[in-house]
Amino acid sequence: MDWNTILITTVKASIGLETVVYALAAIGINIQFGYAGLLNFGQAAFLGVAAYGMAVTVATFQLPFWLGILIGLAATIVLAFLLGIPTLRLRADYLAIVTIAAAEIVRLVFRSVKFSSVFGGSDGRQNFSGDFFAMNPYSPGTYGIGPISFNERVTWVLTVGWVLIAIACGLVYLLMKSPWGRVLKAIREDEDAVRSLGKNVFSYKMQALVLGGVVGCLGGFLFALGQASVQPDLFSTEFTFYAYTIVILGGAARVFSPVVGAAIFWVLLVFVGNTLSEAVSAGMLPSLFTVNNIGAVRFMLVGLGLMLLLIFRPQGIFGDKREIALDAR
Amino acid sequence: MHAETTQSRKAAALAAFAGLDHEPGVAKPDPILVVDKVVRRFGGLTAVNVDHVEIQRGSITALIGPNGAGKTTFFNQLTGFDSADEGSWAFNGKQLKGVPAHRVARAGMVRTFQLTKALSKLTVMENMRLGAQNQRGENFFRALIPGSWRGQEDEITERAEELLERFKLAAKRDDFAGSLSGGQRKLLEMARALMVGPELVMLDEPMAGVNPALTQSLLGHVKDLREEGMTVLFVEHDMDMVRDISDWVVVMAQGAVIAEGPPDTIMSDARVVDAYLGAHHDAPMSAEEFEEQLQEAEAELEAGIEEKA
Repeated sequence: MDWNTILITTVKASIGLETVVYALAAIGINIQFGYAGLLNFGQAAFLGVAAYGMAVTVATFQLPFWLGILIGLAATIVLAFLLGIPTLRLRADYLAIVTIAAAEIVRLVFRSVKFSSVFGGSDGRQNFSGDFFAMNPYSPGTYGIGPISFNERVTWVLTVGWVLIAIACGLVYLLMKSPWGRVLKAIREDEDAVRSLGKNVFSYKMQALVLGGVVGCLGGFLFALGQASVQPDLFSTEFTFYAYTIVILGGAARVFSPVVGAAIFWVLLVFVGNTLSEAVSAGMLPSLFTVNNIGAVRFMLVGLGLMLLLIFRPQGIFGDKREIALDAR
Repeated sequence: MHAETTQSRKAAALAAFAGLDHEPGVAKPDPILVVDKVVRRFGGLTAVNVDHVEIQRGSITALIGPNGAGKTTFFNQLTGFDSADEGSWAFNGKQLKGVPAHRVARAGMVRTFQLTKALSKLTVMENMRLGAQNQRGENFFRALIPGSWRGQEDEITERAEELLERFKLAAKRDDFAGSLSGGQRKLLEMARALMVGPELVMLDEPMAGVNPALTQSLLGHVKDLREEGMTVLFVEHDMDMVRDISDWVVVMAQGAVIAEGPPDTIMSDARVVDAYLGAHHDAPMSAEEFEEQLQEAEAELEAGIEEKA
């Protein structure tokens, strides 16, 4: 058992690319679900259209990087309106159904053979991150503390990622302290009451959907840039469910919960995965466990851990137990 | 001083109703709300079919009727929470058909709900603040600049504190609204509605589920609304309450307004008694009916005898 490697990869996971991407996606979901009560089960699609919007603009059409970012943002906002206009007037469950279906449609269009000349089919798109890494202020080398260090490319992606997370958290903090955030939280509790007090509920729900989508789409850009490639299957429904898990793990409607939740989620996954694979190669586990199936076993164990957390701490890590108690009344 | 104004406001309201016909749809001297031919159908069922009704400004008007009379549906239509298939209604002369609920509230017609809608996970104070209108901080971009809305927020908080004091909820200021009792939630909902600054307050069953100890204080608050110059329209089943506080009563049955009148005589109106208890439930039997029944009974007896023989 090489505990040293396990520890290093685990610590790196806590601030790594996955954590950054999932944290941004989860901050978006926290705005939509945690504060406004909107069940957007299509967050993966928001990241997907942003990532593809940028990648296709640069790789397929050879247009500038910043135009790609603008097109990605525009595509996210258009998607939010497309999903929101027909469903936000209806009950919450309808948004959930429509978004989960829309996310699959988006993914299947990206991987379709018909449009493979544009989106690249199941291989996706590469060769679009040149301009981004050309802006890299870090000279070649490794950056970090001792063994916990990254090369200059990863360091640049992570720097941008954590700055974006800080900005997103600051935005959420300011908004949710304000009367605007109060209206959002009130809508989560009871739409009709908010309507009866003269607030345009539809408009606020749309604002929350767009804002959550835009914050999430930043994660989409980083996901694509960090891997220097986009594939349709990165944006499958599991992505959205992991992001929901992260929000609930951290505690819904708390500013930092998606960030801490994302770090804990990836630390758990990486730690359990690496420990299992080290244990298997050291021959410490029964023959039932092989190198081929420990990937599934780690998700089972992490799932079990999350279940226990929700049973013994239903409000999540940052949640307020008094709020959960109110639901039981 | 306060008692005097109470007397004068009530007297003024009652004077406005003096000498009015007790017919459905009777014209009022100064109506704040005028409803014409409002219809709501659910499939084959006509839930509301109100020909004409006017609500007098500055009065407390009760809307009563047996279960299923369409009172709540009518309420929902007027406040924009349900649509009308036909008809029109004007509030302060402004047409409100097809106007969404939040605009109805902004126009000054604010409602409460039969099943109280306290916003559980917001504190009592946040519930109150939410009611205030034209808040700068409710705009997305201004929300990001706390300096642009702090001053207004302080004014709103001050007004909310006064109202909480009046509704005896000041001690609960920072508690979650979900931790309040049923009666306190009713009080909070009413206080929150007042934060909107309404001209017409629509209360849907304000006494439902309220502990009797709180009833008197709630009644007092409803009367206070009239003293402050507001108009109140409320749906209620509790006839004692209707008699105690209303200046005028509108009775609905099977979707239509069937009678109007002052509270002390309305319950003896034949149409109202029929609506609640069924037609002719206590009319004495006429001589013809008696004769008919007698003959029927005799015929039955004879038939029985013939069968045996």
